[in-house]
Parts: sequence; C-alpha cells; structure tokens
Amino acid sequence: MADEVILLDYWPSMFGMRTRVALEEKNIKFDYREQDLFNKSPILLEMNPVHKKIPVLIHNGKPVCESLIQVEYIDETWPGGNPFLPSDPYQRAQAKFWGDFIDKKVYGPTRLIWGAKGEEQEAGTKEFIEMLKMLESELGDKTYFGGETFGYVDIAMIGFYCWFDVLEKCGNFSIEAECPKLIAWAKRCMKRESVAKSLPDSNKITKFVPELKKKIGIE
Amino acid sequence: MVERSEEVKLLGMWASPFSRRVEIALTLKGVPYEFSEQDITNKSPLLLQSNPVHKMIPVLLHNGKPISESLVILEYIDDTWQNNPILPQDPYDRAIARFWARFLDEQVYVTAMKVVGKVGEEKDAAVEATRDLLKLLEKELVGKDFLGGESLGFVDIVATLVAFWLMRTEEVVGVKVVPVEMFPEIHRWVKNLLDVDVIKKCIPPEDEHLDYIRARMESLKLKSV
Repeated sequence: MADEVILLDYWPSMFGMRTRVALEEKNIKFDYREQDLFNKSPILLEMNPVHKKIPVLIHNGKPVCESLIQVEYIDETWPGGNPFLPSDPYQRAQAKFWGDFIDKKVYGPTRLIWGAKGEEQEAGTKEFIEMLKMLESELGDKTYFGGETFGYVDIAMIGFYCWFDVLEKCGNFSIEAECPKLIAWAKRCMKRESVAKSLPDSNKITKFVPELKKKIGIE
Repeated sequence: MVERSEEVKLLGMWASPFSRRVEIALTLKGVPYEFSEQDITNKSPLLLQSNPVHKMIPVLLHNGKPISESLVILEYIDDTWQNNPILPQDPYDRAIARFWARFLDEQVYVTAMKVVGKVGEEKDAAVEATRDLLKLLEKELVGKDFLGGESLGFVDIVATLVAFWLMRTEEVVGVKVVPVEMFPEIHRWVKNLLDVDVIKKCIPPEDEHLDYIRARMESLKLKSV
C-alpha cells in the first residue's frame, strides 16, 4: 500500500524546514502544501485544531503536529538509512535536550531581532549570540552535532541558517565573527541535498521580513 | 538479571510537579534512586554543574551522567529500564503522547501559573484560559480510564501537574478552576490516579503542599505589584 504523506507548511518557517529535511533525508515522497497563515485553510484547522499552526505532517490521513515530534515520528516510522537519533539512551537524551534548547532558547530571541527595536532588539541580539555560543560549544570540533552523522540536532537547527542574513542585518552583528564553527557546520549541512532542497535562499528571507512585519502590523 | 552497580540520583524539589513526575517513572519501573532535595533559591554546586544550561531541577544523574528537562528524563528512563513501559510502542501513538505532554507543559502549566500569580481581572482571564485548555484534555479522557488508555502512561505522568498541583491550587486561590460539573472526566481520571499505588506514593503530602503553594502565591503577588 502506498503511503500518503502531506506536509502543511509555510515556506519561511524554520520549523517546517525541519520536517522537509527529515522527509528528504529518508527519501519520502510527500505532497507539500503551502499554507496562508493569515487565512488559515480548513485542512489546517481540522488537522491541528489545538494550535492551528504549521508544520502539520499528515500520514495516511492521520496528523502529527510539532516539528520535532514529526522528525522523531519520521525516524521511527521509516527506519531505513541513517537514524536521526543515536541508539544509546544517554546520547539520545542529549540530542533531545539540545533540540528542546533550540526551541526554548534560540527561537524567541530571533523574533526580537527582526521584530523589535531599540533596547528590546539589542537584548534579543545579545541573548541570541549567547545561545548560539552554547550550541557552538556543544558542537565543538565535530562534523555534525551527533558526531559523524547528520541527525536530530542538526535538523533542529539548520533551518535557522537561512534566517542568519536578515538577523545580522537587523541586529547589526556578524554571526560568523561570533560563531565561526557554527557557520562552518551550517555550510557543511547545506552541501546535503536534503538541506539544499528544503531551505529557501537567504535573500528570499531577507526580502520577505519587511513584508511580514507589515502583515503582522509591526513598523 | 545482570548485577551491576547502578547509581541513580535525582536532584529534585519536593513540591515540584516536574520533579515528582520523574519519581513516579522511577518508582513505576522499580528503579532504586537517591533523592537529593535542592534549594532552588540557593543552587548547589552539583546542580549548577549538572545543568549548566538551565540551572533547574529536576536533573537525573545516572552513574554520574546528567540528564536534564523532565520530558527528556522520562524518555531516558523509558529507554533505559524497559519494564513497565511508559510510552506506547506504535510511532503514531508515541507522537500523540509527546504532543499532549508538550501541550500540558507549554500551554496548561504556563497559563495555570497565571492563576496563582495574578490578581483581579488578569487572574479571571487566566482561569478562563486554563479552562479552555483543559476542555481539550476532558475530550481526550472520554471512554478512557487513563490518558494512556487502560493503564497509566506518559501523558498521565505528565498530567499529574493537573491532577495534584493545579487542583490543589484551587484551594489556595479560592477559585474552582476545574469544577466537577464542567470537567467530570478529569475528576473521574483523578480518582483513577489516586487508586494507583505508585501515584499515592509519589505525590507531595497535601497539607505541606498547600502551605507551599500559598507561600508561592504570596511571593508571586508581591512581585507583580
């Protein structure tokens, strides 16, 4: 029986990118459906009634919500190829910890950087750099966060890379100057077909952010 | 059974629902552990060293290696001690369980905290918002003894923050956040939970807990004034 896989997504979302990358890594054919978040579709509201957010992965009609939960679901459902999570329980726990860290600590400051001004924006920038440095320290000299193989934490973080350009411009700082190892890691990831296919060009994001601000009513 | 020296230590806090859930999981699996009560107002070197990123409890130390974040710890416990599984086997069911766990921690807990910490209109709004979120949980419980189905599972363990912490908060704040008329299923589920030995063993003692919540509420109110 052929699997039917649908992804409800929004092209600039670094969360949606995680699921795209995960599906591509496993060579799963999926129907990508762009959503208008300012005019939410019936299918989005039906499949994610609790949060009404993207991404939503619909596998044979059944929805899975929350990007990291989707990544793990994809890994467990299609176990072929390189597993995203290590088999050792302690290593798995570390990977999940860092995925959670990215959600809780890295995303929030980015909204302040492109969405706020003055002191708020500065505070966001400062915190973002601090969080990136923690991640960089965790990465160390490894090829990927998990070691030699591309995995869960790499997938959790890589979507932010295409936002770096606009964040640097808004916050007036250089991520490469602050975290060169992280940039080197990102460039390695970008060489992977799954990543190159799933991330939009940085300049598309940079052009898009002023439009987004207008749409949500920020100056 | 292979004999090996296993050292399991939990850095926790007696009144924290996040700490208690780890104790429930360890107890359910029959894993002996040492509990180390932490003073979160004066964090120990061991805590700061074990969780340098968040500096928060609970932290599980297994043979000296630290694991932080309660949901990560629960999954680690399930992966490491495979008797009495907490998470379901099927990948889809696991995804659903993980979804509800996050919902409880990121939505229900955060909103419910405002009931404790705010006053007046803001408090009323928080009560309404908490109830809206709990209605989703209420729906999930229809036809089930536990959120995990026939027996206690991952989501039940996480949801003890509603069963004990939130419902005890009602006494202290003087508002029935979870009235039985609105939430008959939740009340039925709490009764089921209280019948389970592991739960009885692992929840904070009521009187001390009420005193603690009362004190916490006062200090939060002082902060918001």
